[in-house]
Amino acid sequence: MSFLETVWKIFEENWDLFLHGAWIALILAVLGTIFGALIGFFIGIMHTIPLSKKSFKTYLLKLFNFILTCYVELFRGTPMMVQAMVVFYGLYAIEIELNRFIAGLIVISLNTGAYMAEYVRGGIVSIDKGQFEASEAIGMSHFQTMLYIILPQVARNILPATGNQLVMNIKDSSVLSVISVVELFFATNSIAGSTYRYPEAFLIACVLYFIMTFTVTRILLLFEKKMDGSESYRIELVTGNKPAKGGE
Amino acid sequence: MSVVIDIRHLNKKFGDHEVLKDVNFQVKKGEVVTLIGASGSGKSTLLRCINLLEIPTGGEIFFNGQNILEEGYDKRTYRTHLGMVFQHFNLFNNLDVLGNCTIGQIKVLKRSKEEAVKNAMKYLTIVGMEQFKHAKPRQLSGGQKQRVAIARALAMDPEVMLFDEPTSALDPQMVGEVLKVMRQLAEEGNTMLIVTHEMEFAKEVSDRVVFMDKGVIVEEGPPEQVLVNPRHERTREFLRRTLNK
Ligand SMILES: Nc1ncnc2c1ncn2[C@@H]1O[C@H](COP(=O)(O)OP(=O)(O)OP(=O)(O)O)[C@@H](O)[C@H]1O
Ligand SMILES: [Mg+2]
Repeated sequence: MSFLETVWKIFEENWDLFLHGAWIALILAVLGTIFGALIGFFIGIMHTIPLSKKSFKTYLLKLFNFILTCYVELFRGTPMMVQAMVVFYGLYAIEIELNRFIAGLIVISLNTGAYMAEYVRGGIVSIDKGQFEASEAIGMSHFQTMLYIILPQVARNILPATGNQLVMNIKDSSVLSVISVVELFFATNSIAGSTYRYPEAFLIACVLYFIMTFTVTRILLLFEKKMDGSESYRIELVTGNKPAKGGE
Repeated sequence: MSVVIDIRHLNKKFGDHEVLKDVNFQVKKGEVVTLIGASGSGKSTLLRCINLLEIPTGGEIFFNGQNILEEGYDKRTYRTHLGMVFQHFNLFNNLDVLGNCTIGQIKVLKRSKEEAVKNAMKYLTIVGMEQFKHAKPRQLSGGQKQRVAIARALAMDPEVMLFDEPTSALDPQMVGEVLKVMRQLAEEGNTMLIVTHEMEFAKEVSDRVVFMDKGVIVEEGPPEQVLVNPRHERTREFLRRTLNK
């Protein structure tokens, strides 16, 4: 039997395990990115609240932001594999027995959140000050300004970074195999172990990972295009004879 | 005529740098006041103090007789009574032209969507941008952006319009279209406070011209006086330099 025939045979016999593993990896990555983005937006917003008066509230906010900064630095400065061990076995030691999938999801979300927090904060501070001023000048509160004017622009600007994070998460979900989350790497490893066909099994894993990341990348590009809308716009009620053009 | 904006002993410091020194002046209902002066004389700062984008470090600002700097004064509602037009337009980049002109009406004035759109279209028509209601800011020229920005401010139905050098960031061929809109607004009796370097325009539309230098008001009066026969040497000097450019 040729190499590729063996590969096909292994896939035929174990396709349900492979696909289940891929599915878990994908779910972990997608949910992890969504929760991570929510965490990131929350921290980014907290870090850019303008502090005016010296009041008790201000100090409370500063303390809270300090704690958030510690979290960001810790999670960005340590490997996710180690974080997974610490979270899962750490909780286990204090007799909180988490489902392995949930533990993995928490780790991947917290890890993504730490990165996203920086993207969001950077995204907010890079928005032209004039956008804030114009919004406040028509009477919007800071909260309304953020919600209706700033964050939509930030979301658009960090979309590529978020997509990148999603692709990273699809691949990096494999490290959660250290706490025995049955994602694609873990599944492949067991199949390889029971069939003694390591190269064949992992070639299948490779192909599956690539299909996932490639598809996700394409979908995100389409989504970006859609968000930007068309480059031209309809002219209603043509009254003059001057043809309108788009662009600067 | 009733006094809409009354500024008394206004002072603004950035750190040690005193940018406005004991500024006193008034804007009456229906009046068109232009503010002129060299770069760095504090014109923008004065305008920004009036709508509280900068918080004054001293003095008082009265709006229709009420002290807006008082603790507990509703500053957000106050801001809806002032329409601000910026030098760099500052249109909301994530919204189209119509969205720019309705968001404040809907979210701040709590108008219904239909009402907001109707009002926005009225002002977009006045500035000649009604055809572009679905365009995004990045698809517009500078002059078109500024006309939308004027419509956005007008759509809030403010009592006073503030303009901070609305044509300074425009290519020369686009200055005219914006000034034309402003001229029309002035003729319709809107209350306007305009910072500008367009002396011809100032002469034409102003009821009163205010000349500022180094944070103080040096001279104010009707345009024939301030722009043609200024009393103060500093005003003469400024006009000589500006008109020679
Ligand atoms: N946020 C700020 N912090 C510190 N200094 C400032 C700030 N804003 C303005 N200034 C200073 O205040 C002075 C007046 O500035 P302002 O922008 O009011 O002048 P201007 O009359 O509008 O000038 P221009 O015609 O160039 O717009 C300048 O010296 C400027 O450097
Ligand atoms: Mg200025």
